Amino acid sequence: MQQPRTSPEIGGMGHPVKRREDERLIRGKGTYVDDIKLPGMLYLDIVRSPYAHARIVKIDASRALAMPGVVAVITGQDLAQHNLHWIPGLMGDDRVMVLPTEKVMFYGQEVAAVVATDRYIAADAVTAVDVEYEPLPVVVDPRKALAPDAPILRTDREVASNHCFHWEVGDREATDRLFAEADVTIRQEIYIPRIHVASIETCGCVAHLDRTTGKLTIWMTTQAPHVVRTAYALVTGLPEHKIRIISPDIGGGFGGKVYVYPGYVLATVASILTGRPVKWVEDRTENLTADAFARDYHITGELAAKKDGTLTALRIHTISDLGYTNNQANPSKFPAGLFHICTGAYDFQAAHVTVDGVYTNKPPGGIAYRCSFRVTEAVYTIERLADIMAHEIGMDPAEFRLKNFIRPEQFPYKSALGWEYDSGNYAQALRLAMEKIGYWDLRKEQAERRQRGELMGIGISSFVEIVGAGPAKHFDILGLKMFDSAEIRIHPTGKVIARFGTRHQGQGHETTYAQIIAEELGIPVADITVEEGDTDTCPYGLGTYASRSTPTAGAACAKAAQKIREKARKIAAHLLEVHEDDLIWEPGRFYVKGSPDRFKTIQEIAFAAYTNPPPDLEAGLEAVHYYDPPNLTFPFGSYICVVDIDKGTGEVHVRRFVAVDDCGNVINPMIVEGQIHGGLTMGLAPALYEEIRYDENGTIIGGSFMEYLMPTAMETPRWETYRTVTPSPHHPLGAKGVGESATVGAPAAVVNAVVDALWHLGVRHIDIPITPYKVWQILRERGITE
Amino acid sequence: MALHDIRLKVNGVEYTAQVEPRLLLVHLIRDVLGLTGTHIGCDTTHCGACTVLLNGEPVKSCTVLAVQADGGEVLTVEGLERDGQLHPIQEGFREEHGLQCGFCTPGMMMSAYALLQQNPNPTEEDIRFAISGNLCRCTGYVNIVKAIQYAARKLHPPQ
Repeated sequence: MQQPRTSPEIGGMGHPVKRREDERLIRGKGTYVDDIKLPGMLYLDIVRSPYAHARIVKIDASRALAMPGVVAVITGQDLAQHNLHWIPGLMGDDRVMVLPTEKVMFYGQEVAAVVATDRYIAADAVTAVDVEYEPLPVVVDPRKALAPDAPILRTDREVASNHCFHWEVGDREATDRLFAEADVTIRQEIYIPRIHVASIETCGCVAHLDRTTGKLTIWMTTQAPHVVRTAYALVTGLPEHKIRIISPDIGGGFGGKVYVYPGYVLATVASILTGRPVKWVEDRTENLTADAFARDYHITGELAAKKDGTLTALRIHTISDLGYTNNQANPSKFPAGLFHICTGAYDFQAAHVTVDGVYTNKPPGGIAYRCSFRVTEAVYTIERLADIMAHEIGMDPAEFRLKNFIRPEQFPYKSALGWEYDSGNYAQALRLAMEKIGYWDLRKEQAERRQRGELMGIGISSFVEIVGAGPAKHFDILGLKMFDSAEIRIHPTGKVIARFGTRHQGQGHETTYAQIIAEELGIPVADITVEEGDTDTCPYGLGTYASRSTPTAGAACAKAAQKIREKARKIAAHLLEVHEDDLIWEPGRFYVKGSPDRFKTIQEIAFAAYTNPPPDLEAGLEAVHYYDPPNLTFPFGSYICVVDIDKGTGEVHVRRFVAVDDCGNVINPMIVEGQIHGGLTMGLAPALYEEIRYDENGTIIGGSFMEYLMPTAMETPRWETYRTVTPSPHHPLGAKGVGESATVGAPAAVVNAVVDALWHLGVRHIDIPITPYKVWQILRERGITE
Repeated sequence: MALHDIRLKVNGVEYTAQVEPRLLLVHLIRDVLGLTGTHIGCDTTHCGACTVLLNGEPVKSCTVLAVQADGGEVLTVEGLERDGQLHPIQEGFREEHGLQCGFCTPGMMMSAYALLQQNPNPTEEDIRFAISGNLCRCTGYVNIVKAIQYAARKLHPPQ
């Protein structure tokens, strides 16, 4: 385990520094979007479609407009006059409707906006906008959407098909050959349903066009304020320096706040029209019904192996349900995100993956739900397949994994699907998890319980993540390269302000970035202010999602601090009248080689930078760095879950869950552990509880927390967390990123445990969420009763 | 809509207001009184972000009408700190890393406050049950439980 190099007072890497953002948040003094109230502010509410597919015949707003306090009603036809009725999707090649002019494409789609002096009046007026619809045939299932006689949903496209894209990667021929030669093959259909991030704060904004200055300021629940600013400038034609996006405190993001939702655009248009600030904050039903979804992958996965259990090849086909438009939050070149990390922790000779994107009458999205682009889908698939294969050939799932892991000496490792894994020691992580949970004793207990007819299962998930997007040569969003940035300014008295292109939503950047500066410059964390989320003041960056902040902006922070240290060396040499090569750095000061009592502290150097700079050097002490990562980082870990199943109710009880994570070097161990706890809970959630479902009319079933079951403290187990440390060789701090590992790794551990408990009854797979009813049905079918 | 005169005490301060009968208590607290520490997360009494104490009992202020609080006493997150001193529950959340995005935190702390009023030495199960009406999406609850245990120890040190 790494030892901190700095004192606790300085608080550099490795110290569990208490979070600095907490001071305001525990007092109720945070500033979230809905806390912002400006003089003369209006409220916007949205009229939404009760049909999943229908022609808009007529919109009559006269009753609404006659209501006292109603200022305006905006329709798609109004926006179309300015060509603002649609915006480009995040993938850049498809349209997202702000307000439709002809057809609604999903239940809950925005149809019109009402602007009023009060949020209650706006809500009243929404019910007074009369919309006449002509219902059209609805397609909910993407497999049916591909049938030759399926109604064509996207009549605006030239191609008369619901098929959006085909994408493939890997060596088809080699894979097919290995399958033909294999001793054992397995095949499994796996559905990963639609889920929703459901951050406790919904989405919203306050838009304010100041007509005097022409400046548009938008306080917005966004994880990527700079990208939003540029997109706004490109779409509206407003000059970019006249647009300021402020992302204040954010009540959870998890990928759901990467998007530009129609509500943001509508509030902006309303402010431009009225000259007054306009607030839009969606309610929970709108959030679950219309905001971006995650997953919705229909997967067919196959594995080939030798009879001794050596894996040889992987083949996957996936149908990706996109909703009505391709608005996935993926880097432009990757229509299936980083799904091709699906070879996981195993050394395959060949693999082949195909993905087909399909349109349906559902809301668009394709976000990650606290994971890097489609990585949970990949990890879940390979870890389910690996477990099925182990069971099929009668090997213990732990031994099966240990046999097939990529070995430590194979790194950097080139995967069968083209990634270069930076570093890893997968067997070490699994062995630690097995030791901590007492794996072999549990297997004995399981055998004994099975004798008594009790249902107990042990599930393993050994995951490899791929985060930190990404290297500019491959990664962009709307053409913007996926670097990130840091700007550090040292004041004359040695205090610091640092600003970043990222925007945290609970990850603790105000603390961890300060710790990186403390590590590199020896300046105490208490003397450093960290700011993010204001496009007028912060350097350009692509934002916070996909566990990219530490790999990109964290690296930029270290690099900028190192630039400052190099300038500080020159100033120290000038002050001490020695050659700069004769100076030795230790956290917080330069001293003269051989004379440790002759030194200058970083604070003395900072003062001199403004009061007594060397004659041949610019005054001041600051630096900016834009970091383009040379590769992605590959965090990994092994999780083991133990479940007991109630034969009477079908309920799955998670008895224990041990998580071993390796995210490379750690900046703040307290925060890392907190991220893993939260990620594990968001991994448990879809495994057992969460799903967004639709009926045959495309109507969402539920749409509130009554039906969308997020785990409470009662369902959530007491997570047991451990770490191994395998630094990233290419990251300046050896760090890899950790915000999402657990969400990625946990679902398969839970499902593998449940299936393990039922395998002897002939159960190979159960699609998530594994509800008590599903298990109860399986038990009844097999005559198992309490 | 006819307006109603109401009078209530919030965090020890007397307020009067004229409100529509349909105004929710949470909107009175946030929009009329300007105490924005109490948050709204679901509108349907599930998430608990809007939890405040009304006459000593934890309530979800998104499903209480402001007129129902007439003559009552409300305690919100802003009322936890006394004379610049954090309440032990607030301290516990900071010390045990009991919050990440902070959005559920005020409601969570108010539920914890009510629990510790009624049960000074709760077990872990008691704590988990008491906060089961408060959803947190970030932390996985483990550190929230620890934060409340920290506060319980501080408020009632073991003899």
